Amino acid sequence: MPLMLWVNGAQHHVAVAADQKLLYVLRDQIGLTGTKYGCGEGQCGACTVLIDGTATRSCLSPVAQAVGKQITTIEGLEQNGQLHRVQEAFLKAEAFQCGYCTSGAILSAVALLNKSPHPTDQQILASLEGNICRCGTYPRILDAVRAAAAVQRG
Amino acid sequence: MNDECTRDLILENQEQTATSRLNYSFELQRRDFCKMLGGGLVVFLSAPQVLSQEAGRGPRNTNEDELPQAISAWLHIAQDGTVTVFTGKVEMGQNIRTSLSQLVAEELHVPLGSIQLIMGDTALTPYDMGTFGSRTTPTMGPQLRKVAAAARGKFIDLAAQRWKVERSSLVAEDGKIVDPRSKQSVSYGELTKGQELVKLIADAPALESPAKWKIAGTPVPKVDGRVFVTGGHRYTSDMARPGMLHGKVLRPTAFKVSLKSLESAEAQKTPGATIVHDGNFVGVAAPDLASATKALQLLRAEWNVSRQTSEATLFEDLRKAATGGSESPAEPLYRTGSIEEGLSVANKRLDQTYTVAYIAHVPLEPRAAVGEWKDEKLTVWTGSQRPFGVREELAEAFRMAVENVRVLVPDTGSAYGGKHTGDAALEAARLAKAAGKPVKLVWTREEEFTWAYFRPAGVIDVESGVRDDGTITAWQFDSYNAGQAAIRTPYSVPHQKITFHPADAPLRQGSYRGLAGPANHFAREVHMDELAHLVGMEPLEFRLKNASDPRLRAVLQAAAEKFGWGREKSTATRGFGIAGGTEKGSYVATCVELEIGSSGNVRVARVAEAFECGAVVNPSGLHNQITGAIMMGIGGALFEAIHFDNGRILNPHLADYRVPRFSDMPQIDVEMLDRKDLPPAGAGETPIMALAPAIGNAIFSATGIRLRSLPIVPKGLPGKR
Repeated sequence: MPLMLWVNGAQHHVAVAADQKLLYVLRDQIGLTGTKYGCGEGQCGACTVLIDGTATRSCLSPVAQAVGKQITTIEGLEQNGQLHRVQEAFLKAEAFQCGYCTSGAILSAVALLNKSPHPTDQQILASLEGNICRCGTYPRILDAVRAAAAVQRG
Repeated sequence: MNDECTRDLILENQEQTATSRLNYSFELQRRDFCKMLGGGLVVFLSAPQVLSQEAGRGPRNTNEDELPQAISAWLHIAQDGTVTVFTGKVEMGQNIRTSLSQLVAEELHVPLGSIQLIMGDTALTPYDMGTFGSRTTPTMGPQLRKVAAAARGKFIDLAAQRWKVERSSLVAEDGKIVDPRSKQSVSYGELTKGQELVKLIADAPALESPAKWKIAGTPVPKVDGRVFVTGGHRYTSDMARPGMLHGKVLRPTAFKVSLKSLESAEAQKTPGATIVHDGNFVGVAAPDLASATKALQLLRAEWNVSRQTSEATLFEDLRKAATGGSESPAEPLYRTGSIEEGLSVANKRLDQTYTVAYIAHVPLEPRAAVGEWKDEKLTVWTGSQRPFGVREELAEAFRMAVENVRVLVPDTGSAYGGKHTGDAALEAARLAKAAGKPVKLVWTREEEFTWAYFRPAGVIDVESGVRDDGTITAWQFDSYNAGQAAIRTPYSVPHQKITFHPADAPLRQGSYRGLAGPANHFAREVHMDELAHLVGMEPLEFRLKNASDPRLRAVLQAAAEKFGWGREKSTATRGFGIAGGTEKGSYVATCVELEIGSSGNVRVARVAEAFECGAVVNPSGLHNQITGAIMMGIGGALFEAIHFDNGRILNPHLADYRVPRFSDMPQIDVEMLDRKDLPPAGAGETPIMALAPAIGNAIFSATGIRLRSLPIVPKGLPGKR
């Protein structure tokens, strides 16, 4: 019996075991490879997606838990060719080097700004503590999230 | 490239990997090449003569129909004006796709947007030893600049012929040749129309001086930045091929063991699975990752194990295992004066030992490869710093000609010196061969932490003598296993003896960001601090007293100024430290401010780093490399260490192997000294080197506790826990 998932506003029917981790379903079944495998242990944040708006480690989430909920991946942020303001801010600040952690970091930031449009630096740091950037681009990631929040304030 | 540089490059390649060798081959004839690219202008640059000879093939008299065997760079300009640059270098986050494009745009006088780079594809790009050793900017940079400048010259020739005017009256700008007097202009693409032009150059036309750069030297954004913020970039691990299977490899229970028996009947029942058992290699390929993982779990293997050493005796073991031992000591790499004499004229002597632990690179994208066989030919996509080296490994493993192996490197999710070998490539190719279908293999994080190689652990003895006025008179440096990079002191000491002692190491080890640079800098710059203390001198003043190299003095002074060095005195809870050095033609100095908590926890609060690598090609990308090196350096300095016992890694998970996170981020102030009068040097490595000793020295300044091992405080300050 295939499971039905809502991903980036579209329906997907996937024939996988209920305990299969969401990460592999997104990447291998649906072909959304912007969500990355980094550790499979919920430690690095590269696999972060939004489930009903909450930043979630898809490498640890059984796919069954996401059924009936809105899943947002990095591919779902851009609307009508317009980058999300967090994507725009990362690009402008050049807040990435190899880029492998970028999807996860952006989604963690989006989740934060959706809940707290005017975050303090402490809130930003706490929200991104679970996202490892081994290239060490942390100062610019912080700058980018601050800038995206400022855009949001308008 | 001068001889010394070439020798360094060859030496470095030998040190980086025992399996690699120089092998120049060029598979495409000119006719094939033009057919592939369509018409247009192709410019080739012959490799330096010395490298050709190294490969056992002297330079030939080439005409432009037969391509020489040793080509180091080429580019193509199409009829629509598109510029395609071919380089064997690979992009893994260090931003060379952008910085090399800037250099080509600068010399060719075209808009940056008209340039595309084909990188790290053994079928299309010139042979390249690998992307390591901070070599891209100082060697590939000038090579591409030369071909670009030659192409520009060729277009001026063509336009001069077309208009029957003096070439000196024409200017190249924005992808066009313009005659300022007649105001007529013609695009490069138009000039190539209907032609197959090949220009072969052996040496340099005049290059633009960095002082006049308009595109190079500026902070242009990453040329393909957008695909990284949209999830659109396809790393090796994201690839899919028609009919592709997913692979898993059965890992032994410990290092250096052999397979005793394998029971695979249950695993064989997995639908669509292929089980491969070839010597000690056991692996599975299956239609999806879940079934591959399940089949792997059903395999029952027994291994022949034997007792192996533990971390507890690591440093004694390295000394004992140093080849040569005390019977026939290793030859010094460098010697001047006499240590005995230097020590005899000293007022004070110091003899200390420093150690560094094994650490892991932890690239966020694990090793990954996709292998595909077709008509006895093998194609492998893999994240590697050495595509041509991996091609060799594959050709050897499968006993086939290198011409039948193609390795492509998609822009990779970082490496830091950790992706030199073709492990995942070999495994994916072996599985694909057995399955008869393409196979993708992505290592797990645990496999990364266990079966990749590590930054070598090392023991370093320093014996020195100093006069009361602060002049160092003797410097004897013995580095066991850590490596040769940055092993010499940049300070002026009349009596020196510098020796590297290679050892049979207990763990698989290899390159790292800066190789042994961070280890050797740690020993030297902590020792410098100890000497300053011994003679009662201020640490910066002591360094400047012994530093005659103006570039070293400049970075030390610039870092001190940026930091406000000496403005505040250390207290028991706040320490200040400084260190400096040089490697790979660039110079670094780092000042740190630390906070020491009541429980002995140490936090780096502020870092000011001055860095000088000649003319800066892209200040924004360079800034990222410097802050990144500082962040990475914090891990190796404070807490990163691989623990092992009896052939097993004890902490092969990110939960047990801590890497720097946001909470470890200090305030970072970077001072880039842009020396337009000097050729650009690489910048990926040296900025990491002075951080650990600066931290160690800051701890001493606050607490009086001298710590001589990396990581410095894995569990907080000793005696304060």
